[in-house]
Amino acid sequence: MTDFFINWVANIPGFAAPFALAALGLIVSEKSGVLTLGAEGYMLVGALSGVGAILLLGGYPMAALLIAAAVTSLFSLIFAVMTVTLRVNQVIASLAIIFLGQGLTSLIATRAGWLNVPIAGLGKLNVPGLSDLPVVGPILFQQDLVCYLLVPIFVGVVYVLNRTVIGLKLRAVGDGPDAADAAGVSVNLFRYGAVMAGAALVGLAGAYLSIGIAKLWVDGMSGGRGLIAIALVIFARWHPWRALAGAVLFGGIEALIPRVAAIGLQVPQYFVMMTPYLATLAVMVWASTRGRERAAFAMPQALGQPHTREERH
Amino acid sequence: MPILELHDVSKSFDGFQAVADASFDLVPGELHALLGENGAGKSSLMNIVAGLYRPDKGRIRVKGEDVHIDGPSIAKKLGIGMVHQHYKLVKAFNAVENILLAAGADKYRTGLAEVEKSVCEHCEEMGFAVDLKRPVGALSVAEQQRVEILKVLVNGAEIIILDEPSAVLTDSEAAALLKVMRTLAAKGAAVVLITHKLGEVKAFADRVTIMRGGRTVTTADPKGSSLADLTAKIIGQAVCETRHPAKAIGAPVLHLKAITGARADGHRTLHGVDLTLRAGELYGIAGVGGNGQPELAEILMGVNRPTGGTLEFVGAGDISRSNPAERRKLGLVCIPADRATYGLAGELSICENYIVTGVRNGRFGSWTRVNWRSGAASTKDAVSAFEVLGVRSTRQKASLLSGGNAQKLVIARELASPPRIVVAHSPSRGLDARATSEVRRRLLEARDAGAAVLLISEDLDEIMLMSDRIGVMTRGRIVQEFEAPADRQLLGKAMVHHD
Repeated sequence: MTDFFINWVANIPGFAAPFALAALGLIVSEKSGVLTLGAEGYMLVGALSGVGAILLLGGYPMAALLIAAAVTSLFSLIFAVMTVTLRVNQVIASLAIIFLGQGLTSLIATRAGWLNVPIAGLGKLNVPGLSDLPVVGPILFQQDLVCYLLVPIFVGVVYVLNRTVIGLKLRAVGDGPDAADAAGVSVNLFRYGAVMAGAALVGLAGAYLSIGIAKLWVDGMSGGRGLIAIALVIFARWHPWRALAGAVLFGGIEALIPRVAAIGLQVPQYFVMMTPYLATLAVMVWASTRGRERAAFAMPQALGQPHTREERH
Repeated sequence: MPILELHDVSKSFDGFQAVADASFDLVPGELHALLGENGAGKSSLMNIVAGLYRPDKGRIRVKGEDVHIDGPSIAKKLGIGMVHQHYKLVKAFNAVENILLAAGADKYRTGLAEVEKSVCEHCEEMGFAVDLKRPVGALSVAEQQRVEILKVLVNGAEIIILDEPSAVLTDSEAAALLKVMRTLAAKGAAVVLITHKLGEVKAFADRVTIMRGGRTVTTADPKGSSLADLTAKIIGQAVCETRHPAKAIGAPVLHLKAITGARADGHRTLHGVDLTLRAGELYGIAGVGGNGQPELAEILMGVNRPTGGTLEFVGAGDISRSNPAERRKLGLVCIPADRATYGLAGELSICENYIVTGVRNGRFGSWTRVNWRSGAASTKDAVSAFEVLGVRSTRQKASLLSGGNAQKLVIARELASPPRIVVAHSPSRGLDARATSEVRRRLLEARDAGAAVLLISEDLDEIMLMSDRIGVMTRGRIVQEFEAPADRQLLGKAMVHHD
């Protein structure tokens, strides 16, 4: 039983990291008021560019992760141009990004011959001295680099969002674009920045799927995790730490499936895949019945609204 | 020496001359009122000073030097701060964060501390009370306005422009605000007060500049000019303020019996309203704001249901459960106080706003097809008949109309077919003298054509001028009725002294 438990918990960070990074990226993007539902597309782009980078460079998984984040960030420029400059409906632009991501990655993978090619990928990094500790060792100190960096990344992003002028301006652009504009903040510039920075994080999540976990590329390998990340953001009411907690929760559920099956219990996979959405629905119902002041302002007030200056200029 | 001088400044929008050769000067230590009708160009002129609009021509001098104010940030550097009618606040941020954002600090933590210290100093100096920790969206309108003013002060503005600050405040809040502005002026700031309330000008301003049709007509000392004089200069002609009593009061058309109502949060606001409306009579409801008037108006409009009591429409029975469309069919029309929410759909065109009530009854086509041609023709007729100004095309967005013209459009629509009952809630709020007198004339015409008119207004002068019968509303009840002409003192007593 103890083995079962340790084995399960030790696997949670690997399952939780893609959710956590993707949700964090969406929070960054949406805090600027751009409704970003295209995470699924971003993750695929990130996953494929990670694999591609490794195959082209012949290794270097860390560099590949960074390249994947950068490529996804560039890919999100399409979304930024559509929503920020051209003021296209953000839901429709998001859907376009999902399908573009799916089609484009399948096409490139087939053309380049990257499909189902195993790669070395990201290895586990045992912390010397600590990884041999009983119970705590396997859970906390036998992970890969991305898992170790998860908390520092969150600390950094939260710090920038809540404790710097850049974060203040970014949140202002998402909550009151008119006020931000009047204060001399370039709404469009900040929205471009937020969309691209957010996409980099989501791309990193995707690359972790291919480089860190699967260690190969399969078409559509994000498998709905981008959608779960969207649900997580709503579940967390745009709060990064709550999103991390949610990611650990869903990662825990996902990590449980193979282990439960291994001891002979059959839980339908689709039931497990459904739980994040069920939890999200429950949170939304809960949030809608609460009239608390802070909760009322949790969602960026201008989310989904393209910014146009007042007429008569 | 003047801190700000404007010489022959002009600005037009798509051919509409908003400001024409306007000149203005401001000296430190004064509270200078800018007075004029809606659309006289007051806000446009000051928006030029604040850097929001670029003038087509003219000279602007600040502290004796020629300047080009290309944008709000330049205005800020020149020490010009403006509090707009629509506040530019991030609702989710608290006051300090909002002020920090506007101040453009580059260090968050130290910036926050500095702003908070400065805000506290200013608050203390002026006797302002603002909750600095709550999101500003949760603050009252008066508090939000204080945050806007603090924003301007923390930025170190020496020229402070307030665009109709008292429009959203109660009388005592407005008086307190203007006293604060007097204090600021006494300390050397130059304050511009855009307003159309003559009383404020008389009581608080050192100088007054009057604008009409985009031009600055005159600058005068308000203490040395009479109200009649100033009014004449604002509107260019004398307004006739005589009563027009009803000629033929007919049978009752609507009985309100023991109407009770509550707000969405469950707070009970109406405690049994009884009154009767009669054809050809204007019934005025007087009362201090916040005694249930908006709730009563919403119940009559049909957007809210009473929690008890009946609305007996003579010939149709109880209509308290009928929806607005059914009420409209019976001839009950409404002129709501909140033009932007209930009166017009700002994003739709003028034509669409005008014909929307007529589409269902077949006047402008059928269920399956809208007859745009007849719609546009009718709209054009109505626009010219009701003198709605500023309409370049019936396809232009309704939100581009100024307050008075938007209200005229609402009235044109509501009175398009002769109504049996007109409910008008603060129909002249925020309108200039000319628009006000036109709105009132239309209501009296509807009454003389046989409609029962219910006028709900917090403006006692309006009630006394217009009504044939007056009900005083206090704490959700009609506490006393008066036959017009009523004694002002007695009315005032009924409004205030009641337990």
